[in-house]
Amino acid sequence: MVPTEKPDGKSSSVAQTLLLHPDDTVLVCISAIAPGDILMIDQVAVSATDAIQVGHKIARQALKPGDTVLKYGAPIGSITHAVPPGGHVHMHNMKSDYIASHSRDRSPNQGKPQP
Amino acid sequence: MINAYVRKDGRKGIRNVVVVAYLVECAHHVSRRIVDGANDSEVHLIGFPGCFPNEYAYRMMSAICTHPNVGAALLVSLGCESMNREQLLSDIRASGRPAELLVIQEAGGTLSTMRAGLDAVARLRAEADQAPRADMAVSELVVGTICGGSDGTSGITANPAVGRCFDHLVADDATCIFEETGELIGCETIMAERAVTPDLAEEIRACVAKAESYYRTMGFGSFAPGNAEGGLTTLEEKSMGAYSKSGSSPISGLLKPGDQAPAGGLYLLDVVPDGEPRFGFPNISDNAEIVEMIACGCHLILFTTGRGSVVGSAISPVIKVCANPDTYRRLSEDMDIDAGRILNGEATLDEVGEEIYQRVISLAQGEPSCSEALGHQEFILTYKAFEPLGPACLPVRQIG
Repeated sequence: MVPTEKPDGKSSSVAQTLLLHPDDTVLVCISAIAPGDILMIDQVAVSATDAIQVGHKIARQALKPGDTVLKYGAPIGSITHAVPPGGHVHMHNMKSDYIASHSRDRSPNQGKPQP
Repeated sequence: MINAYVRKDGRKGIRNVVVVAYLVECAHHVSRRIVDGANDSEVHLIGFPGCFPNEYAYRMMSAICTHPNVGAALLVSLGCESMNREQLLSDIRASGRPAELLVIQEAGGTLSTMRAGLDAVARLRAEADQAPRADMAVSELVVGTICGGSDGTSGITANPAVGRCFDHLVADDATCIFEETGELIGCETIMAERAVTPDLAEEIRACVAKAESYYRTMGFGSFAPGNAEGGLTTLEEKSMGAYSKSGSSPISGLLKPGDQAPAGGLYLLDVVPDGEPRFGFPNISDNAEIVEMIACGCHLILFTTGRGSVVGSAISPVIKVCANPDTYRRLSEDMDIDAGRILNGEATLDEVGEEIYQRVISLAQGEPSCSEALGHQEFILTYKAFEPLGPACLPVRQIG
């Protein structure tokens, strides 16, 4: 990551992301992102608000509920909650258009969701 | 050059395994003790735990006991299970491989069968060691690929790098097999476009639709919590990443577990059972898929992982291609290829693809993979049901 100077004088970093296909609406994080890091999205600097791990996705543009998410140039699901540019796109704001994903604490066959 | 073991049925293997196969869980312990007692890294344990009859399980056991990497087989039966042990013994001997059968209820119990089993393994080892050797061309290799513990890096580094390796192998006229139609849900349209005939394209679309319907009945997609922790959000996102392992060659045919490809080229293996869902999840873990690829004749398996799997396999060695540079640092002792270098610009996809290709050749020449050297010999076989392949699935066979 490249260290830069934020307006308030604290040092920050430009996070590395990858655009896999020109049509994509998400970028893939290829080095860990901390809140305050600078994300370069289509030559525009955006300050990261979320901590994001390698392999996770960030929004390339503002995404609204119902929008199809494109990665590898292909649809990979739909947005359920609005995401600002640079926001983390994951289970909390998008869903499968095929079979719902499950996690350890909440899965289709294990009764009610955890509070 | 690859110096292969030549079997009497004409097939060529890259390893010379003596397999000890239990035919029901009740014979598992005795079989494991025989394998442990043999103290030979090329004596492998396989088996089927069920007592009820199953055509698929029989077909898989028969295909695996006559696999090109297998030089001889010892079958261990309790005595009352349904597996047709005499027919299986006869199948193996018909392939020219030496084989013996022990029935615990007749051999006098645990200790007697163990002693008899160790003697049998020594005889079988000596016979297998007599297998003639001959050169084997790359075109004679059958290579499978699987992804396990995928994360958001898998589809960017390791999977497309394996795809490049597959393209190289297919250009050499080798046989390459990719699989898990349940992890290709969402890719059916682009995948069908690569089929060599329109009828095969229709078969591919139908088998992915079958997988989606089957997994819906199970209530889960093929998506584990670790996939989400690694940045994957949906099944179709995981699918797109998994799909890139197939490379860019035309798809020459569709196989089912136990089918051998009729000629070199790229093949899709349909691992989801036919008919109404009956016996549970299609593949309960990665090794169930590996076993099915081995039953199709795969000499070795390319296993990509982002989160970090450590498994290997009985019969056919597994090469581990690690997608995530952080995982590689933590689990480097288990990883053969560091594909995560692609993420920080230290290597290109083409370079890593070529590195995998070279590793395939050196492994075929005898150099063990990490999982092989660490003694991983996982094996799992469960109940399933399949219909035979339709006529459109192997267009090459019709032309040939």
